[in-house]
Amino acid sequence: MRNSSLFFLYLSTGVFFLGLLLMHASFSAKAQQESLEEKSALVKALQLTDLCLFTEARYTRHLSQADLNTAFQDHPLSLEHFPSGSFTQPPERIIDRP
Amino acid sequence: MRNWIEKQRYIIDFTISSLLRRKVKNFGLLALYTLIVFILASTMFFTYAIKKEASLILKGAPEIVVQKIVAGRHDLFPASYIETIKSIRGVASVESRLWGYYYDSLVSANYTLLTPPSSDAAKPSAKTTVVESESGGQSARPLYELNGAVLEPGTLIIGNGVARLRNIGKDDYMPFRAFDGKVMNFRIAGVLSSQSELVSSDLMLITGEDFRKLFGIDQSHVTDLTVAVNNPSEVEMVASKIKKHLPDARPIIRDEILRTYDSIFNWRGGMMIVIFSAAVLAFVIFAWDKASGLSAGERREIGILKAVGWETSDVIQMKFWEGAVVSLTAFFSGVILAYVHVFFTGSIVFEPALKGWSSLYPNFELTPFVNLEQLTTLFFLTVVPYTVATIVPIWRAATIDPDSAMRFTGE
Repeated sequence: MRNSSLFFLYLSTGVFFLGLLLMHASFSAKAQQESLEEKSALVKALQLTDLCLFTEARYTRHLSQADLNTAFQDHPLSLEHFPSGSFTQPPERIIDRP
Repeated sequence: MRNWIEKQRYIIDFTISSLLRRKVKNFGLLALYTLIVFILASTMFFTYAIKKEASLILKGAPEIVVQKIVAGRHDLFPASYIETIKSIRGVASVESRLWGYYYDSLVSANYTLLTPPSSDAAKPSAKTTVVESESGGQSARPLYELNGAVLEPGTLIIGNGVARLRNIGKDDYMPFRAFDGKVMNFRIAGVLSSQSELVSSDLMLITGEDFRKLFGIDQSHVTDLTVAVNNPSEVEMVASKIKKHLPDARPIIRDEILRTYDSIFNWRGGMMIVIFSAAVLAFVIFAWDKASGLSAGERREIGILKAVGWETSDVIQMKFWEGAVVSLTAFFSGVILAYVHVFFTGSIVFEPALKGWSSLYPNFELTPFVNLEQLTTLFFLTVVPYTVATIVPIWRAATIDPDSAMRFTGE
């Protein structure tokens, strides 16, 4: 088989698999609707405010409920030391400050 | 048209043969390129999916949460404030919350102890929130009830993460050290569904009475309040009124909660972009060097091609296909691997960073929210720059005289 034929075969396979993945994403999103509703119902029933993503510190467990000066709360010169701190951005009111 | 297609195919045949002549170099480049696409696509898929999931799940979060702030820190909320908030026009209902953290030194984990709102226990809307029996089957009973056992004093309903970490289940006992040093034993009445781990992994549902005994909180205080508002468009107005009536209170509205999770994992901001831009910059330097710094062999190859009749445009087309072959191969491999990584293996590469110092981390499967827009962005971020970087420098090399190209071999 010619190299160009192999290349186009690879491209077609890639496009086919990408299409399959998009279909998988679409079907999975529909299939997991019930699970999402269950989680949403739990949030509503228990009046939860946050996702349980980082349990390492109280202000990373409940990001939306954290103190206003969270990053420096352990002592005045303390920089954020938890890895999860690097995944979150400062609140908008700090970013937008003139 | 047919001739043009045939010509392009011959050029591709030649390009691939030419790439295969320098196997080590080109496979090295391809592997690195695939890795960059893989990391970028994984980050994009993961962040988009988690943000989308957060927005769907947290739409049921309280409209307003009111905390009390003392000396800049969250403090216990006096129950006497409840009446003040109830009297504000537009407030539909006010509910107190009791919640806090308990550090379990045995497994070095923090649990979130929470008292379920009493009024919601009987609500039919809670019927979808089920607790799971030890065998893993789901009961259709309302929340706080499992096989007839309700959450009562002396019992707990625990999140699946806690059950996994402590290797405990229904009817097991769990000891806690109370604020006064006394040991309190709680029986596990049930385990929350594993499906809900993203919000409940570290949760422990406890009765209000037990919560107060455990942490020594008297009846005159609660942790914070949730406020429901009659008209959703008045939420901000009610929040500002709360702040006016109670200057030491801090209202947090649902929009702020949602915005917190919208800014989380923002791959275009924070430390992520610093780390990622370093990797991309390294790749750009590598690609530029590879594409612009022609080796003596490549220069001679161009010289020979021109000497045997190839035109400058043919050489540029060859280089275009070279860039396209490498970048498209890397794009498809990287994106497919990233999808498998994020949605089938639970983002195993990111796991150590995400876990951080947590010893209790939720096991959750992300819902694959992927769309064409993401794939298009990825395509333009990865394939286009490399292909262009390959063509532009080659213009200079392709326009030189074949004789001097063959002479200037450096060999």
